[in-house]
Amino acid sequence: MLTSFPILSTLIWLPILGGLLVLFAGRNNDTAAKWLSLITVGLTFILSIPLWIGFDNSTASMQFVEHIAWIPMFNINYHLGVDGLSMPLVLLTTFTQVLVVASAWDVIKDRVEQYMGAFLIMGGIMVGVFVALDSILFYVFWEALLIPMFIVIGKWGGPRRVYATLKFFLYTFLGSVFMLVSFLYMYYQSGSFSILDFQGMHLGMTAQILIFLAFLAAFAVKIPMFPVHTWLPDAHVEAPTAGSVVLAAIMLKMGGYGFVRFSLPITPDASMTLDWLVIALSLIAIVYIGIVALAQNDMKKLVAYSSISHMGFVTLGMFLVYDIVQSTGSMQGAQLGMEGAMVQMISHGFISGAMFLAIGVLYDRMHTREISAYSGVVNKMPWFVLFAVIFSMANVGLPGTSGFVGEFMVILSAFKANLWYGTLAALTLVIGAAYTLWMVKRVFFGPVTNENVEKLQDLNKREFAIMATLAIAIIALGVFPSPLMEVMHTSVEQLLVQATTSKL
Amino acid sequence: MNFVIPAFAPAIPEMALLALISFILVADTFWSKRYQFATYYATQISLVVVGYLILSSFATTQIITFDGSFVRDSFADILKLFTIAISMGIFLFSREYLVQHKFFSGEYFVLGLFGVLGMFVMISAHNMITMYLGLEIMSLAMIAMIALRRDCAHAVEAALKYFILGALATGMLLYGFSMIYGATGSITFPEMAEIIASGQADSVVLSFGVVFVVIGLAFKLGAVPFHMWVPDVYHGAPTAVTLYIGTAPKIAGFAMLYRLLAEGMPGLIEDWQSLIIMISILSMVIGSIVAIAQDNLKRLLAYSGIGHIGFLLLGVIAATPEGYSASMFYVIIYAITSVAGFGMIVTLSRTGKEFDLISDFKGLNVRNPWLAVMMLIILFSMAGIPPFVGFWAKIVVIEEVVKAGFTWLAVLAVIMAVISAFYYLKVVKAMYFDKPEDDSPLEPVSPSLTWAVSFTAILLVVLGLLPSSLIDLCYHSLKAL
Repeated sequence: MLTSFPILSTLIWLPILGGLLVLFAGRNNDTAAKWLSLITVGLTFILSIPLWIGFDNSTASMQFVEHIAWIPMFNINYHLGVDGLSMPLVLLTTFTQVLVVASAWDVIKDRVEQYMGAFLIMGGIMVGVFVALDSILFYVFWEALLIPMFIVIGKWGGPRRVYATLKFFLYTFLGSVFMLVSFLYMYYQSGSFSILDFQGMHLGMTAQILIFLAFLAAFAVKIPMFPVHTWLPDAHVEAPTAGSVVLAAIMLKMGGYGFVRFSLPITPDASMTLDWLVIALSLIAIVYIGIVALAQNDMKKLVAYSSISHMGFVTLGMFLVYDIVQSTGSMQGAQLGMEGAMVQMISHGFISGAMFLAIGVLYDRMHTREISAYSGVVNKMPWFVLFAVIFSMANVGLPGTSGFVGEFMVILSAFKANLWYGTLAALTLVIGAAYTLWMVKRVFFGPVTNENVEKLQDLNKREFAIMATLAIAIIALGVFPSPLMEVMHTSVEQLLVQATTSKL
Repeated sequence: MNFVIPAFAPAIPEMALLALISFILVADTFWSKRYQFATYYATQISLVVVGYLILSSFATTQIITFDGSFVRDSFADILKLFTIAISMGIFLFSREYLVQHKFFSGEYFVLGLFGVLGMFVMISAHNMITMYLGLEIMSLAMIAMIALRRDCAHAVEAALKYFILGALATGMLLYGFSMIYGATGSITFPEMAEIIASGQADSVVLSFGVVFVVIGLAFKLGAVPFHMWVPDVYHGAPTAVTLYIGTAPKIAGFAMLYRLLAEGMPGLIEDWQSLIIMISILSMVIGSIVAIAQDNLKRLLAYSGIGHIGFLLLGVIAATPEGYSASMFYVIIYAITSVAGFGMIVTLSRTGKEFDLISDFKGLNVRNPWLAVMMLIILFSMAGIPPFVGFWAKIVVIEEVVKAGFTWLAVLAVIMAVISAFYYLKVVKAMYFDKPEDDSPLEPVSPSLTWAVSFTAILLVVLGLLPSSLIDLCYHSLKAL
């Protein structure tokens, strides 16, 4: 029986223990460190597949549940479980971990065992964030993640890495402590730290609004939303490639996940009252940050801003719910927007990861991310450009790629809610195309004007495998998104019921 | 007048400790230089013996003896056991330090033991006189320890500062005691509480008394605005002594706070609660902000300690058994973490080189990756980042504040926690991101130090992952009363 095996615990602790083992065993032996890491992440990914196979699409309740008393004095439990909202994110995490290890293979030369160990530990912690059903357990994972990330950015990052990593740490820490106070307040009210109990508990309007704002502070920083996004470009630019991938593909999703797991179900009335705030910030992110991306000279910064813009769709889709229900009177449109937001999260995980890996490939060869340093890369690296263009098209949201599905669903539901929302959101189709394709033109095409570009080598087998895997994932999800949507469907339905049922 | 022989049994650990100290004090002068470590071993053995005596007669109910001046309960026993454990750690670190810095002497250990005796008396005090007695035994021992290096100007200055300011604070405390005695006519804590509750005592005199007592307490704990001595004394004293005064006395200080405020004057909560709130806020703010500017790790830890006292007081503000338990948990964790923190400085320093500047830690990850990880754990635990135990310490006190209805105070506390994270990160940055000034590998002078500091740091991880038993212990010890 699959359910009796503590699969979620394995997915958390296997990479963490593997990471510790790498730290010890890999000292002065880089080859051992790399292989050990690859085996760990490979095994973790394989072990996460039964989650998908054994998943029951017909229920919105938690599956693969594990429940052990942890601190009985405060009713804190080691309580794990997944539903349709978190399961895809867990798989995304384990999948990305494999790419992360593979991408660092020949690139990292300094203290390989610490680098790999930090990423493995991070992998386990990230799974923990998505599967924790006890708010304190969730918070422990949420915060613990900062430690390895702090070290990774600060140690293997670019020239301004120390500034970037301090900013990253303090921003996210400040955001999340307010969430902790809300948890404590709700524990005091309900006598339980269980997230499921929080979702069912009664809360007055003032309390809801304060809790909503506390959650917003925590999640908005992580996503990141305008105007607390400024840490992201710094952190992304200075982080090593794998760090950017983990940041963009997974850590940003934690914010979105937080909204669907905490904000909407726990504070539905406050979400309804303050939805204009989130919608406004999302639209600003989509339009304004998109324009900011246009002005970037640094490829990583450009993709970082594009990430913020795309994550705007996630928050937009989530908080459109109330307007849609109000204007159409049915849940159908709301379902579309919410599922669009969830698909967008997964899809953005693949696309942004792919974009950062592609930039990493160029950076490893040329050691610059300046757009102006490149021109005519296609002449020297045709295979690379093939994949890079696929990823860029997905970033633009071209039909047939995963980027299209989520954005299209959200834009469609935005039109249902309000014509202006729809129009503004649809602007991204223009702006996104502009900044992405302009970069493609300047970097990949045109004449070779630089002697360094002249010396470029095309992808090696390792890089080819990484790129091809991602390209397949992006196209598969774009052409055939229904398996993903089926997994989410029941959970999203339940979420919408929770989000629209008043708690007053 | 008839004389009743009091029950001596509850105080056997204290009496045994005193006997052992007296023995060591005499023996130390006869042990020739060749056997100088005999004093050290005798010290550790005495602590084990006393610990065993406490454990073997562990108090499950409250026993009061010596005509109401001495109490033995599970609260006292648990705090004493932790005091012993922490003192043993301190002495373990100190020995190597004293040898390295060439002032190893038996006096350090004898004075240290006297300090422990003072702490025991404070923890078990059941009236104001006993409390004062314990406090003085402890303080005098500490002053002598700070001045142990009498040829070092910094140390003598620190000792003088501690002595003069300490005397002032003790004066305040005694003044407060006398007022409370004047108003209630009693010096025993429960009797005081009863008379105050009955409303017979003059409330104006009582209010003045409370203010002076709280000032005395705040001074002893090193809370703002009576904190000025802390950084100077921590900095000026030899690190082995800083290790001592920065850790175990805090436990005794908390016991004093509990006995005086919770047992002695719960009826005056309206008077002292607002005072403690102010002291707590100021301590957290000053501790977090001023520490940012420090470049000496001992001073940094001093300010961070002031901030920690502010957090500790949060549990006292709640003024419930759970609140005091939360503070008790906090103080124990704080003491363990501080032993690890100062212990790291001791571990890395060597003859003629104190390892106490943040710049000394530059590139530690290159020079000794293992100790860098241990220091990382210690710092993040102090900052209250999970999964280390410092997180639980913060969460339990903040929980009690929320429960008591001071949510705004909880918000303020967590903001201060974020600010304080900055200076811990500064040290992490030095260790991991900065280039070392000197590339050579750095091994502690003795492997036993590596073991000791690693054990303490790993304890912080283990307690962080499985905090339940320690939390239960603290909560049950106060519930039983």
